[in-house]
Amino acid sequence: MKYIDEFRDGALARHIAACIAAEVKPDHQYRFMEFCGGHTHAISRYGVLELLPPNVRMIHGPGCPVCVLPIGRVDLAIQLALQHDVILCTYGDTMRVPASPLPTAGPPQGGGAPLGGRAPQATRGSTESMSLTKAKARGGDIRMVYSAADALQLARANPEKQVVFFAIGFETTTPPTALVIRDAAREGLQNFSVMCSHVLTPPAIRAILDGGRPSAGPPQAGSAPLGGSDHCEAGERGGDCSHETAEIEGFVGPAHVSIIIGSDPYAKFATEYQKPVVIAGFEPLDVLQAILMLVRQVNEGRAEVENEFIRAVTPQGNLNAQALMDEIFELREAFEWRGLGTMPLSALRIRDKYQAYDAEHRFGLAYQAVPDNKACECGAILRGVKEPRDCKIFGTVCTPENPVGSCMVSSEGACAAHYTYGRFRDVQPPTPCAASRLPPLSPSAGGGRHLRPGEAGSSVPLVGASAVLER
Amino acid sequence: MCLAIPALLVELLPDDQAMVNLGGIRKQISVALVAGVQVGDYVIVHVGHAIGTIDPEEAAHTLALFAEMAALSPDHTPAETTT
Repeated sequence: MKYIDEFRDGALARHIAACIAAEVKPDHQYRFMEFCGGHTHAISRYGVLELLPPNVRMIHGPGCPVCVLPIGRVDLAIQLALQHDVILCTYGDTMRVPASPLPTAGPPQGGGAPLGGRAPQATRGSTESMSLTKAKARGGDIRMVYSAADALQLARANPEKQVVFFAIGFETTTPPTALVIRDAAREGLQNFSVMCSHVLTPPAIRAILDGGRPSAGPPQAGSAPLGGSDHCEAGERGGDCSHETAEIEGFVGPAHVSIIIGSDPYAKFATEYQKPVVIAGFEPLDVLQAILMLVRQVNEGRAEVENEFIRAVTPQGNLNAQALMDEIFELREAFEWRGLGTMPLSALRIRDKYQAYDAEHRFGLAYQAVPDNKACECGAILRGVKEPRDCKIFGTVCTPENPVGSCMVSSEGACAAHYTYGRFRDVQPPTPCAASRLPPLSPSAGGGRHLRPGEAGSSVPLVGASAVLER
Repeated sequence: MCLAIPALLVELLPDDQAMVNLGGIRKQISVALVAGVQVGDYVIVHVGHAIGTIDPEEAAHTLALFAEMAALSPDHTPAETTT
């Protein structure tokens, strides 16, 4: 397809990679973060890592809306579907995000899981986590929609039912939500509301740069939504320092988020933090070119915002969409992000003027934070301090079919992308002849023990299988 | 989640709707979020809404830059000899 195929040309990709290899300084370790899940997915799917020199490391960022959605928000959506008898509509990505387990039987809980004994099926007690998919199996009327407009259409078609759209996403996905709220208000629909969980990109980048510590700027909720992080002083740090983040030298900036917000909002990361930002499209050539531009900035000691995705991103962004978002939404004082913690002014809520369409107001929902599964490393992975392979349950207990953590749910989550495209890179298959040259294992051999072909626990069963065939 | 694809706008419809062609597939989308789009434009479609447009000149410029880089590439045989 036009404007897609040209940007996936393998020969050109190798040429850009050759330029990167020629220009990197061999004694320098380059550490760049691709903020967006879309880039994470492209890097894994097209094997971009294989084309990069070993001293260029890409760190996956938190720009995956499903991945940063905290358990407590999904619990609220499940509560709506199972206890308020609404038709709950949501994007497909949200359906399998793990939520709280249904609580055990016993006395009514105070401060326990938000699903606290209220669902009729909850009396047996279970440690199995819920999800919207499982809530649907328990009779919740939960519908997967392609567009927010589909949810509005369901409300028009079902006037006897309350229809709630569980809206998630970054700035890319926010304007369509604003549009349905505007249209519902114009039509005076009485049975439609939105549970708004939209989050903002600049505050998340700032959190990464601030070491995960929320900035101590005074909350100014209610101001323009796109002002997200502008109220916080650079380098000002407050709150608990429990969210260590990775050291980053530059960012591959979001593609489609930037179509909406423009390239201007990233300027502060170049000027205040001295970090280069290169906005890039989601195709593999875009990503490689952005990495080359970042390498050049680092080599030349520059920190600027550059725009590789200039075919779609302007400095000001989509002003129409911004005006609509500003009409409908305002900044929340604080919002909990999975992995990054609670950050001030990092998400949106529906303005009082449109309160009638705010599901949290209509159904009196109260958010309750819920800790992640202890074995899950999603938090550290979202902050760039760990990789999927560092997680004990990656690929064993936690798989795309049965995700424990949110990073395994969406195809653009770091864990799902690595599971689908990259996990075999972690395996160093010993060749039969190399293995035969190994000295026999002795108790004093210490570390660095190699698994031999066919040895129990070897993750390279094919080698053992071929040995069997040779016999 | 933020994924979007460029599609050719083939017909403008009432109520801020439009028909696009996505590699041969026709689909109705909303153009309420973008100002002044016309038939023949490539719009970027996300969850059933056009959120922006492709600037054909800038796209050609970016591709020309890639081609130029290929011509100047330090090693015309690809990556295996360069890493």
